[in-house]
Amino acid sequence: MDLLAFGKTGWGDELFIATLMTIAVSVTAMLIGFLFALIFTPLKLSKNKFLNLIGNSYTTVIRGVPELLVIYLFFFGGSGAIMFVASMFGYNEYIEINAFLTGSFAIGIISGAYSTEVFRGALQSIDKGQYEASKVLGIKKNIQFIKVIMPQMLRLAIPNLSNVWQITLKDTSLISVTGLVEIMRQSYIAAGSTRDPLFFYSFAAVLYLLLTFLSMKLINRLEMKYSRGY
Amino acid sequence: MDLELMSSSIPKLLSATVITLKLLSLSLFFGLFIGLLFAILRLNKNIFVNKFAYGYSYVFRGTPLLVQIFIIYFGLGQIEYLRSTVLWVVLKEPYWCAIIAFSLNTGAYTSEILRSAFQTIKPGFIEAGKSLGISNKIIFYKIQIPIAIKQSLPAYGNEIILMLKGTSLASTVTLMDLTGVAKYIISTTFKPIEVFIVAGSIYLFMTFIIHNLIKYLEKKYSYE
Repeated sequence: MDLLAFGKTGWGDELFIATLMTIAVSVTAMLIGFLFALIFTPLKLSKNKFLNLIGNSYTTVIRGVPELLVIYLFFFGGSGAIMFVASMFGYNEYIEINAFLTGSFAIGIISGAYSTEVFRGALQSIDKGQYEASKVLGIKKNIQFIKVIMPQMLRLAIPNLSNVWQITLKDTSLISVTGLVEIMRQSYIAAGSTRDPLFFYSFAAVLYLLLTFLSMKLINRLEMKYSRGY
Repeated sequence: MDLELMSSSIPKLLSATVITLKLLSLSLFFGLFIGLLFAILRLNKNIFVNKFAYGYSYVFRGTPLLVQIFIIYFGLGQIEYLRSTVLWVVLKEPYWCAIIAFSLNTGAYTSEILRSAFQTIKPGFIEAGKSLGISNKIIFYKIQIPIAIKQSLPAYGNEIILMLKGTSLASTVTLMDLTGVAKYIISTTFKPIEVFIVAGSIYLFMTFIIHNLIKYLEKKYSYE
């Protein structure tokens, strides 16, 4: 237990901060994923064949390629791409981009592909009658979406979004390869300097379990709230 | 776009794909047995057996695969006692450590898939078997298992694809699988996009094959 002491003698405070980092990356990635879903869900549902193809290739490619490969693409390609853009504006120095942003963005793109599928499924399973009824009542299109379709969609989407959240949370462990100090990276550092990998990796597992357990409790509450009336 | 690099990396990446496929097939093979075992334990009436199986699947589904590999590869080697047993022959190899971690992980997911398949079997099937005087054991092997396999095919297909992506983590314990070699080429040439396109296409191709194979099996084993 000495190993987990707070302060200079143990790894307690470092692991606590690392846990907060994991939460921060997961939440950021999830939100970035929602942004991607906001763009790609309409594309996937669009009647235009070309837009449809774009939407479908995004979800197919991202869900068919290992997360680690996507992270490597962003980790090695991210600063290169930014430097390329900067060189067009005459700036030729080395630019290093923030590990937090690259990591969240890479995980966000992955999580976005799953979210897109969830939203698409939820929107498609809403009865056609709902659209027709609100049209008959003379409700405007955008109000129809916000007041009629969205609440119904959310209640269908939340259980599946909780799965996406779990996947995203677990995927953040992979950004440790880029050097961002989250739970996995901190455990790696601690295991290396104390030569006690069994303890620290097991503790990392406990931290992840705690995070998934607590977030499930929270999401269940949300689910109850949105499934009122069922 | 460096086409020369792309074409020269294809043979290297393809030979690494063999390792990925080996990892995948062995893990799925062991994982299926583990999954079946724990699915049966989950359906057991004994509360301790039941809770143990639930705990197993909860822990392995609630933690990242990376942690599981690290515990097995870096963690278990620390136990002095293990080093003196026969197990050490297996545990000192990163290859087998990866397979153990993958099998345990996919076993947990498979057990959930099979459990829900077993639970959704209509009681009428079992009753029909009983009324024909078939013993419980035969009912289990000849009626329940085939129906459960049929019902769990779509979900299991997803699990195979997830596992294919999971094998990429073997590269974190020094194994040169498809992702490992791709990372090596990226870090020596600094051309991430080209390598990503080639390696990604190989992964997508494998996903495509698995997807269609499962579709074919679903059709073949459907009731109609």
